[in-house]
Amino acid sequence: MVMTLESLPRGHSARITAIAWDRLAPDEGQRLRAVGIDTGAEVTMAHRGVFGGRDPIAVTIGRMTIALRRAHAAAMQIEPLARGNL
Amino acid sequence: MNPIRKVALVGNPNAGKSALFNALTGARQKIANYPGVTVERKAGRADLPSGAPIELIDLPGSYGLDATSPDEMVTRKVVLGEFAGEARPDIVVLVLDAANLEQHLVFAQEIIEQGLPTLVALNMVDLAERDGLTLDPVALAHALGVPVVPTVAVRRRGLAELLAAIEAVEPAANIHSEERQVGHITLPERRLAAHNIARAAIISESGVHRLHAGLDRLLLHPWIGPLILFALLFVMFQAVFAWASPFMDALEAGAAALSQAVTSTMPAGFLRDFLTEGVISGVGSVVVFLPQIVILFAFILVMEASGYMARAAFLMDRLMAGVGLSGRSFIPLLSSFACAIPGIMATRSIADPKDRLTTILIAPLMTCSARLPVYAVIIGAFIPARSAGWGIGLQGLVLFVLYLAGILGAMAAALVLRRSVTKGTASGFIMELPRYQMPRLRDIAIGLWQRSWIFLRRAGTIIFSVTIVLWLLLTFPRAAPGEDQVDASAAGQMANGLAVVVEPIGFNRDIALALIPAMAAREVAVASLATTYAVSGSDDDETAAGLVPQLQARWSLPTALAFLAWFVFAPQCLSTIAVARRETNGWKWPAFMLAYLFALAYVFAGITYWSALALGL
Repeated sequence: MVMTLESLPRGHSARITAIAWDRLAPDEGQRLRAVGIDTGAEVTMAHRGVFGGRDPIAVTIGRMTIALRRAHAAAMQIEPLARGNL
Repeated sequence: MNPIRKVALVGNPNAGKSALFNALTGARQKIANYPGVTVERKAGRADLPSGAPIELIDLPGSYGLDATSPDEMVTRKVVLGEFAGEARPDIVVLVLDAANLEQHLVFAQEIIEQGLPTLVALNMVDLAERDGLTLDPVALAHALGVPVVPTVAVRRRGLAELLAAIEAVEPAANIHSEERQVGHITLPERRLAAHNIARAAIISESGVHRLHAGLDRLLLHPWIGPLILFALLFVMFQAVFAWASPFMDALEAGAAALSQAVTSTMPAGFLRDFLTEGVISGVGSVVVFLPQIVILFAFILVMEASGYMARAAFLMDRLMAGVGLSGRSFIPLLSSFACAIPGIMATRSIADPKDRLTTILIAPLMTCSARLPVYAVIIGAFIPARSAGWGIGLQGLVLFVLYLAGILGAMAAALVLRRSVTKGTASGFIMELPRYQMPRLRDIAIGLWQRSWIFLRRAGTIIFSVTIVLWLLLTFPRAAPGEDQVDASAAGQMANGLAVVVEPIGFNRDIALALIPAMAAREVAVASLATTYAVSGSDDDETAAGLVPQLQARWSLPTALAFLAWFVFAPQCLSTIAVARRETNGWKWPAFMLAYLFALAYVFAGITYWSALALGL
């Protein structure tokens, strides 16, 4: 089964293997690439949700923390990395 | 003699550009807008070691030259020399966050490729070291092919070295970007190069920023985080009212003393009346609100400088998504509590055009500080200062309800707008959460000074002239003996016409009279009521007693409540309309904004008036 970034638990790390760009608005895709979220990037789930809801989420990439929506994360296929690989 | 060289600061958002700009220029800055857009153009002077001055400009933070927001478009056009009315900079200072080097090197490569004389300010090296990251500036300079100067802008470290490096830059040979052969480099290639350059420059790396991760675990906690945010907002609004009052009392006393001094030193006559009734009573009633504006902006500036504002946007995203907006709209809307003008200008960081338009259209519904004078005076006059139970004052409760009405009105308006006129795909939310930083007193002070100055300039120009025009219209033609001066005056005649329209919602002639000049600025409503009653006051005692007893004698409670309801919604501020016109490039949206807000104001004032009458208030 293919895993997407959306289902990555908090504190876990993963490598993005593919991004369905057609599911994102063009400028959103551009904005994600600008902050380094692209195929091959390694990210860690830092925060999920507010007030019991599951949106928005925040991932760390390198030394940056990026907030995004679950809808974006659902377009990103990942392969999980070993835990603690921060 | 050489013309003054122009040096542009360029870099990613959160690289510390503004702190570097403040450190280099001090208070010698000029804030204006770029021609045609309302992106703030910050320019200032700095002196090179030889004493020669340079002009520094602080360009909006950007992730790349492929601009996605109006902000980034300015940076792109200025760097490429395509901005009409803004000369291409002679030198570019690339500001890089040392602790985020790899990310920031992506945009840095793009800038260096443009061929302008460039040097790098490797900023916040102290924070990088605190994070366990040691960098080698020489290796970085070698890899990038441009000079690198390590700086800590907030501690004023490396500034002299940076200025010396700017001085040492050779004036550019004529650059024509079209002549240079720049092969198209893809983003992944740049990112790979950035990775390699960063690796070459990093001497040692250990651990991750534990402090920030720890703070975020608390402040972004799904339940504790929002509670902290709401507590902070509560303290902020409390502070605006509680902390400001001693200063406001002092300013009020000062205006009264000034008026008194003028009365006692000048002979009775036209000029004396003009100074006391017109200038001091009108402008004074507005300047009184400076302390509240300073306190509100102090909170906003500290939240921005510390990095917390982005967290607030994160926490509010889910609520904003409920009405079709995103967390990014929270920052402009929060600023709109101080004033809708900086609020509307702050929407330029919202990339989605429909999102941005909706935020602009609802920003005037946030209770700005200009409405406070109106609310404060009417509440003080008509709402008894008694407890509403549980230790909550009734006056404070009414004020809270007015704020809430504005917020709920804005949310409802956003919901309707996103389903009708600004319909579009659900907007996304992608935002960098910068590292936490201790705000520097100096940067906050400069920001506060700029905001206060803008407010005072407004009080000194728009409000001053409107008050004077109104006073003249109220004073002439002179009343015949036995006739009321306001009835006889030109302004009184005009107001009689408007009074017919606003009578069904419980407004009297004096209110109609106040509504006209209040179009210039809401707080003028108070000034003009004060001027009106000062002019019509039969003797000096009545004038000296002030506005509150006059209001109590002349207005009914339903009228006062309807007046408050009107001000929750009415777009009573020409400057806001003007900014909305510039931001939306035309009259269509400001006209729409005027129409829907006036309609809301009329309907809600009417409902309030008739309900209050029905309840026998």
